Amino acid sequence: MSVFDGFKFRSTSSPIHKLDPRAKFIYVCALFAVAIIFNNIIPLLVLFLIQIPIVFRAKVQKEWMRSMKGSVVFAIMIFVVNLLSLHFYAGHEPLIYILERSSAMTIRFIVLVQSFSIFFLTTSPDILSLALEQSGVPYELCFAFTTAIRFVPVLAEEAQTIMDAQKARGLEIESGNFFRRIRNYIPILIPLIVNAIRRSLELAETMESRAWGACEKRTNLYMLKIKRNDLLLIIFSLVLLTVSIYVSIHVYIPSLASLLYTATV
Amino acid sequence: MAIIEARELTYTYPIGERPAFRDVNLKIEKGEFVIITGPSGCGKTTLCRCFNGLIPHFYGGDLEGEIYVCGLDVKEHPTYEIAQHVGMVLQNPENQLFALSVEKDVAFGLENLGVPREEIRKRIDWALKITGTYSLKNRPPYELSGGQQQRVAIASVLAMNPEVVVLDEPTSFLDPLGAERIIEVIGRLNREMNMTIILVEHRLDLVSRYANRIILMHDGRIVMNGDPREVLASEEARLIGIGIPKATMIYKLLKRRGIILDKPPLCSEEACQAIREVLNR
Amino acid sequence: MIIVENLYFTYPNGVKALLGVNLKIEDGEFVAIMGQNGAGKTTLVKHMNGLLKPTRGRVLVDGVDTRRVSVAWLARKVGLVFQNPDHQLFSETVEEEISFALKNFGYDRKTIKRRVEWALKMLDLERYRKVSPFMLSGGERKRVALASVLAWDPKIIILDEPTIGQDYMQKEKLRQFILQLNQQGKTIIVVTHDVEFIAECNPRIILMKQGRIMVSGKAEEILTNEDLVKEASITLPEIAKLFKCLEGYGFPLNVIDAYKAAEIIYERLRSRNERI
Repeated sequence: MSVFDGFKFRSTSSPIHKLDPRAKFIYVCALFAVAIIFNNIIPLLVLFLIQIPIVFRAKVQKEWMRSMKGSVVFAIMIFVVNLLSLHFYAGHEPLIYILERSSAMTIRFIVLVQSFSIFFLTTSPDILSLALEQSGVPYELCFAFTTAIRFVPVLAEEAQTIMDAQKARGLEIESGNFFRRIRNYIPILIPLIVNAIRRSLELAETMESRAWGACEKRTNLYMLKIKRNDLLLIIFSLVLLTVSIYVSIHVYIPSLASLLYTATV
Repeated sequence: MAIIEARELTYTYPIGERPAFRDVNLKIEKGEFVIITGPSGCGKTTLCRCFNGLIPHFYGGDLEGEIYVCGLDVKEHPTYEIAQHVGMVLQNPENQLFALSVEKDVAFGLENLGVPREEIRKRIDWALKITGTYSLKNRPPYELSGGQQQRVAIASVLAMNPEVVVLDEPTSFLDPLGAERIIEVIGRLNREMNMTIILVEHRLDLVSRYANRIILMHDGRIVMNGDPREVLASEEARLIGIGIPKATMIYKLLKRRGIILDKPPLCSEEACQAIREVLNR
Repeated sequence: MIIVENLYFTYPNGVKALLGVNLKIEDGEFVAIMGQNGAGKTTLVKHMNGLLKPTRGRVLVDGVDTRRVSVAWLARKVGLVFQNPDHQLFSETVEEEISFALKNFGYDRKTIKRRVEWALKMLDLERYRKVSPFMLSGGERKRVALASVLAWDPKIIILDEPTIGQDYMQKEKLRQFILQLNQQGKTIIVVTHDVEFIAECNPRIILMKQGRIMVSGKAEEILTNEDLVKEASITLPEIAKLFKCLEGYGFPLNVIDAYKAAEIIYERLRSRNERI
C-alpha cells in the first residue's frame, strides 16, 4: 500500500469514472492554471475544498487519502523551503504572513497532487489510451502504452522471482559497500532485461499472427463520445479559469491573517 | 489443392549454420487433425511458423522450396493476409494477451482487419462461448489462470474465422486439468466445425486419440507421416525417443512377449477394450 | 532433515497461501509435492530455504529455525532449482554461471574450479563451458541452471516443476539423474503436477490442496486413488486409468508403472492359457 496506489486506476462505477478523459484533462489543466494564478491562501483553500466532494462522488476516498499521505513529505519540504526563503528575503514581514504564504504554497502543491490523483484514479488505462488515440496520437504509441501497463504486474512479479532465484544461490543483495551493492543488482537486471526482450519477441509474433498492419484504418470496439456531463465539466473548467483570471486582476483578496485580525479587533 | 501443401521445403535461420528443417514434403487436407511431434530441436516449431507466414516474413532467413496455405503462396503474401486463414496459438499464454481485458484481446485481430463494430461484438461473444470463457469477458489477463489465458488466446484466434488453427505446444505451461480442457476445446473445433488442426505436442498420452495423422520429425526431417497407430507403435518412434502413449507402450511390451492386441491403442480406454477382448477369448 | 510445524503463511497482498502445514522430510528421502496450481506447493518449498518466513508456526532445517538465519546460510544446505532457468541465467559463459553461487558462498579459487568441472561433467555440459548461456537451447539452459545449483553440493535439492517444456528423452535423463542423486544420499523434493513423470519415479507423495496437506503416502496408493486425485485436481496416471477400467478382471489397482503393468497382464494371460 504505497503512495502509488493513490494514482493507480480504481475500478468502480461512478459518474466521475464515466466522464470522458479529455474533459477531465481539460479540468485538470484549468485547475493547474488557476492554482498557479493565485498566491493567496484563501482561493487555494477554496480549490482544495471544491475537489473533496468530487473525491467522494468518485468513491475513491481511501486511495486518495494514500496519495495525500504520500505527498506529506514533499508538502513539508515545500513548507520549510518557503518558510526559510521568505524569512531571508522578506524577514521584515510579520511571522504570521510568512507562515500564511508558506502554507499557501503547500496547499497549491496539494491541490495539484489532488487533481492528478483524481484523474488517474478514475480513468482506466484502456479509456485513457482510447482518448489519446481519438485525439490523434498514432495507434502504435497508444498500443505501446496499454501493453506496457498490462505487463507492469507481470514484470514486478518476475523481478521478485529473479531476486528469489539469485538469493537462493547465495546472493546477498543488502551486503557490502555502495559499489558492491550496485554490482549485486547485475544478476537481477540482466535476466529481467533479457526476459523482457524475449517477451517482446513473442508478443510481436502474436501481433503478426493476428493481422497487425492489415488495414490502414483500424476499427475500434469502443468509441468515446463527449456527452452532456463532459460538456458541463468543460464549460465549468473554462468558466472557472476565466473568473479566476478576472478576480486575480480586478479583485483584492485579503490575506487570511488580516481577515482574522480584523475579526478579532 | 490441399489446404496446406509443402514441396521440398528447406529453411535456414538467418544466424543458422545448418537448416532447421530440410526437404519437407507434406499435404494436409481440410478437416484433418494432424499432430507434429519429435524431440526438441527437430524442427517442428520452425515448420509450423511457416504455416502462417512468420517464416519467412518475420524471421527472415532462407526459405527454399514451395509452400501453399489455403491456396496462397506463403512467400508471396504478407503475414497479415495469411493470418486471416491460419490462426496461431503459442506456448506461453502470458505473452499472447496484451490488452487490459479479455474482450479487447479477442477484439484485437478483428480491429486490425477493419471489421465493423457490430460484427466484432458478435464474433467475440461467439468465440468466448466456444472456448468456455464468456464469463471472463471483462477480466484483465493478469487475473486469469494459465489454462484460462490459453483458452482466451484460442478465442482470439477463432474470432478471426480461420480455416486452419496451428497450436505450438499449447499445454506446456498448463496443469493436467487445464491441459485436458484445452485439448477438449481443440477436439471440438475439429469435430464440430471441421476446422483443420495442426498441433505440435510432446504429451502424446493426452492428444493422440484425437489425431487422424501423426508426423514424426527428427533432426530437421520428416521421418514418418501417417496413421497414428502405425507411427507410435513403430520401431522408429522408439529409436528416436518420443513419449509414446503408455497404452501403446503396453501394446509393444505385450507384443514382445507374443501377445498381439487387435491394434495399437492410443489411450487407456482403447487399451482396456483390447485387453478385455483378449481375456474374453 | 526438514520439519515443518503448523506453518501458516499469508502474502503481503492478503492471500492466505498456507493454512497449517505439518510435514517431516527425513534425510535421503525422495518426495514429490503435488497439487493444482495455487495449492501452495511453491510457497511451501520457499520456506525451506528461507526465502519466505512463516507468518505463524515454524520451519526447522537440520534443527535450525529458518527465521533465525539468512537465506544464504540455508541455501548452502538446501538448493532450490527454479522452474524457469531464464530467471537466473546472467553470466557471459556457462562456467561463470556455475561458479556464481560458489563465489557467493566464499569458496577458494581451487575448490571453485574443481566443483565447476564436476558439475559440467555431471550434466554433460563440458563442450559448452565457454559458451554464453543465452545461446543455448531451452533444455540446455535448464541443465545449466541445475548444474549451477548442484555445484555447491547441497544435501537437499528441491526442483520446482523440472519437467515443463522438456521432451521425452530429456525427462528420461532427468528422472535417471534424480534417482542417481537420491541414491548418493541426497534428499530430493520435486514440486510438480506431472503425474506421468512422478509415476515413473515412484517417490513419497504429498498431496496439497488450498494451502493444506491432504494426504501423504506411497505413489502407488495415492495416485491410484480416484477420489484423492480428483480432490487435488490432478489426473490419474494412464496405467492407473487402464487398471481401473479393467476392474472386475481381478487386476491389482495400485499399479502405476508401465513395465510392471505389462508384466502383470502377460502373467494373467499366460496362466489363463495354461489352464485352458
